[in-house]
Amino acid sequence: MIILQPSNYNDAKCNVFCVFLGHHVDDGPQRRPNRRQGAGRGGAKGRGRGKKAASEDEDEDDEDEAPRGRRVANKKKPTKKRGGDEEDDSEDEAPKRKKKGAANRKRGGKAQESDEEDSDVGKGRKGKKGGGKKGGKEAEDTKDLNKWKSNQWLSYEKSLFLGESSGDLFGFLLLEEVEEKKKLIATIRNKPWRMKRRLLDLKEAQEFVDKFEGALGKGKGRKWFAYKVMMKKKWIKFQRDFENFRTACIPWERKIKDVESHFGSSVASYFIFLRWMYGMNLVLFGFTFGLVVIPEVLMGLPYGSIPRKTVPRAEQDTAQDYSVLMDFNGYCKYSVLFYGYYNDQRTIGLLKFRLPLSYLMVGIGTFGYSLMVVIRTMAKNADVGGGDGDESEFTFAWKMFTSWDYLIGNSETADNKYASITTSFKESIVDEQENQKDENIHLRRFLRVLANFFITCSLGGSGYLIYFVVKRSQEFANRTDLSWYEKNELEIIMSLLGLVCPPLFETIAELEDYHPRIALKWQLGRIFALFLGNLYTFLFALFDEVNTKVQQKEIITRYYANYTLLLNGTGATPPPMSPADVIRGPCWETAVGIEFVKLTVSDIQVSYLTILIGDFARAVIVRFLNYCWCWDLEAGFPSYGEFDISGNVLGLVFNQGMIWMGAFYAPGLVGINVLRLLSSMYYQCWAVMATNVPHERVFKASKSNNFYMGLLLLILFLSLLPVVYTIMTLPPSFDCGPFSGKAKMFDVIMETIDLDLPAFLGTLFSYAANPGLIIPAVLLMVLAIYYLNSVSEAYQNANMELKKKMQMPESKPTKTKPGTASKGVNLERDVALASPNPNGRGPVSRPPGPRGPAPMPGDGPGRGRGRGRGAPPR
Amino acid sequence: MGNKQTIFTAEQLDAYQDCTYFTRKEILRLFDRYRDLAPQLVPLDYTGQPDVKLPYELIGSMPELKDNPFRQRIAEVFSEDGEGNMTLDDFLDMFSVLSEMAPRDLKAYYAFKIYDFNNDDFICQSDLVKTLNKLTRNELTEDEVRMVCEKVIDEADLDNDGRLSLEDFQHMIVRAPDFLSTFHIRI
Repeated sequence: MIILQPSNYNDAKCNVFCVFLGHHVDDGPQRRPNRRQGAGRGGAKGRGRGKKAASEDEDEDDEDEAPRGRRVANKKKPTKKRGGDEEDDSEDEAPKRKKKGAANRKRGGKAQESDEEDSDVGKGRKGKKGGGKKGGKEAEDTKDLNKWKSNQWLSYEKSLFLGESSGDLFGFLLLEEVEEKKKLIATIRNKPWRMKRRLLDLKEAQEFVDKFEGALGKGKGRKWFAYKVMMKKKWIKFQRDFENFRTACIPWERKIKDVESHFGSSVASYFIFLRWMYGMNLVLFGFTFGLVVIPEVLMGLPYGSIPRKTVPRAEQDTAQDYSVLMDFNGYCKYSVLFYGYYNDQRTIGLLKFRLPLSYLMVGIGTFGYSLMVVIRTMAKNADVGGGDGDESEFTFAWKMFTSWDYLIGNSETADNKYASITTSFKESIVDEQENQKDENIHLRRFLRVLANFFITCSLGGSGYLIYFVVKRSQEFANRTDLSWYEKNELEIIMSLLGLVCPPLFETIAELEDYHPRIALKWQLGRIFALFLGNLYTFLFALFDEVNTKVQQKEIITRYYANYTLLLNGTGATPPPMSPADVIRGPCWETAVGIEFVKLTVSDIQVSYLTILIGDFARAVIVRFLNYCWCWDLEAGFPSYGEFDISGNVLGLVFNQGMIWMGAFYAPGLVGINVLRLLSSMYYQCWAVMATNVPHERVFKASKSNNFYMGLLLLILFLSLLPVVYTIMTLPPSFDCGPFSGKAKMFDVIMETIDLDLPAFLGTLFSYAANPGLIIPAVLLMVLAIYYLNSVSEAYQNANMELKKKMQMPESKPTKTKPGTASKGVNLERDVALASPNPNGRGPVSRPPGPRGPAPMPGDGPGRGRGRGRGAPPR
Repeated sequence: MGNKQTIFTAEQLDAYQDCTYFTRKEILRLFDRYRDLAPQLVPLDYTGQPDVKLPYELIGSMPELKDNPFRQRIAEVFSEDGEGNMTLDDFLDMFSVLSEMAPRDLKAYYAFKIYDFNNDDFICQSDLVKTLNKLTRNELTEDEVRMVCEKVIDEADLDNDGRLSLEDFQHMIVRAPDFLSTFHIRI
């Protein structure tokens, strides 16, 4: 019957209203038309509409089909007119209202009510618009019409009566309706409907909100409310524009997509990681250059003005030689790239820029920012991670429905994928059939233990080798007659280890027979250990050097002291000296910075050369020698290279570690790194597309992104340690760098507090630095960590419990949607729509037919348009 | 993309942005992709909402889809006529659901539709057989196929009616660790 039909697209409010109506109407026959009237034109919203309709009914009292058509036309006319101006409208309305008698006038009396009147009218119009389009349907219903015409008057009275008593109720309903529509607008993209319907619903909802949102405020607050609404709209618009802008700024989307479709998501994850790193380094670069390098260049003393900014006389002859410059000596060493160049003037330039303070702050801020970004990204990734793969109850189902990677867009990769899926199915079948043989497990365990033994051995061996070489290099340091090899022994050995060990590990890992994704993690962990050993050996060697330099410094200070004593003793003025001739101490900070820059640059060279030789040359040889070779090179021995994910990721991570460690001593390093990342993005993209082949077992990168982040965090922490150690304990060089003349680097902060901030703040800080305060604070933090940790554990337990409960086999699973709450997806209703019986929801006796635009876009499912019933009837 | 584009009105673009998970740039890019499939068919002016449909043969030949064993099903599910012929709206719809931003539940809903080959709102044995054969290019023997399908139903069928309903499917798929990363096409 028609009575129920409209309530399908209406919301609960319709029912509320109908019930409300029902209370006032006593006898059955009256009740039905009433509902028809209310519901048919949009239910709750239709109160005004109903009234209006009633009034028109009154005008053209007892008529049939033809007048009915006219009435529809009548209704349409004002609709169009109203598009322009509301005031005209209300005037239009006025004469009609007069006819209607006392009840209506009473309503018009109240000021507050007039607001609602406005919206009432709007609503009525809206309903009519739908009604007009639905004209055909209504014509069909004329029989019903005739029936209820006789009761019209009564119901009209009722509706008027209601209008009086339910002003507040109406406001409330309207508010709720608007809220509902807003929610719909926000979540419409989550609805599994056809685009056309979504567009339509969206438009109607927007119109509705536009029209009635302003009418919601009451009395004095109204203007303010309208203003708020407007600002909110603007804010949303701004947010969208900003979002558009932001995505427009994300580079290399296409490149990564290309790689992804050729090599699967695991290789692409490396490039995404690289892009992320580039973004982070760009920010670091901005800080360092904006706050340290550029101020120094613009406002600091120029080159050659003071000793620390001048190449010493002894080096001047060779200062421009290529080999010297490549070692970052000569002019490079006395440039803005390195720590030693910066002056210890407290303020520079007209702006009184506090360079030393800024230098320290940027150094610390680099770590702070990196730490924050890494942790935040990790948290976000963990959030997205969602499903946890520890449940094995769905092995086959998951294989069936999630093993195809929709990203694959390359036939070769697709072939590999087909093969790997087939293999994995076969493996699972065999597993299932054999139910795990014991001997197999033992053999596998034995092999894994063996592999780990080998790897530990080789790690130990490489560690010893490095130790040995470092020792030797310390011996060499005292000699001068060194060959090229002896000079660079340490670097060569380390690079060789880095080249040889990873493939060795990979070969050994074959024994273990892990899933490639797990194997990748093991491989990453092992190479990480290797690199870490190298890095820390390098650091210890460096610290030895620093200590000797610090001792040298003391000798020179003593010399200076004697010198000035001598001068004072004779009373003579010191002769003017060129800055190049001044005796100066060894600037250990610059030395450390140079080491790091050299290391970074050689790392870049090695990795680029590896790509060029290991991948490109190999590919060229395989490709072109294949024509005249005795076996098939492409399928046989050398073949094409695969992209080495673990090596590249680790290279990137360790490189970043170098940057973090070295950036404090060589501000230019960040710039070099940005260039490196930028070029390597293009270079590696080209190399991987041109010379590599997809992995034999294409596998997905599942959450390994967070694994990369974990490595990065570890490296960040490890590189934080030496830098903080030097800042906190070692005395800075006395004649170079922004902190020269201070006992410790962080004295800069104390100085600023003493000189620039009001005195009471200084005392405040001195209180705060009191150990009596710091120790309780640390304790408190530890307690807080402990507390939060236990809370999160409790939550996790609760989560597990809930999951278990959800998995309880029930006869009919209630909607189990762990993701719903967080994502706000509103699918339930539409899921119900997909139920097999389309007639199960209401007595519909005729086919849906061509459906007009949804008269009132509720968020209820529209008939016949939801995708749930898109299937043709079979 | 230029700022002076006249393909859509600003309102249309806003509406598309509300209805999909795309930004303005992406929508325009998708339009370009759509148009590149058949430049002679698709007008450069969509302000009048022309009624243009591209046949499945063109849609299925996109590099993003051409190697996908389920491309025909995807096109069928997302096209309004159910035969894979797509309007621009359908096209946007498809890539919106397959985009990275689409929530798990929405993806699961459409994945269900895609794997439901005979459109009976249930994934039954025959659907599973078809899926499996497409995934493995008929490399498995009949016995193996049967066994795998039985296992799948055994694992995921909660109400024991021998076929997977949408609820069963969602219950299973929301737990899958790889679902989000694989049911995804970058455009």
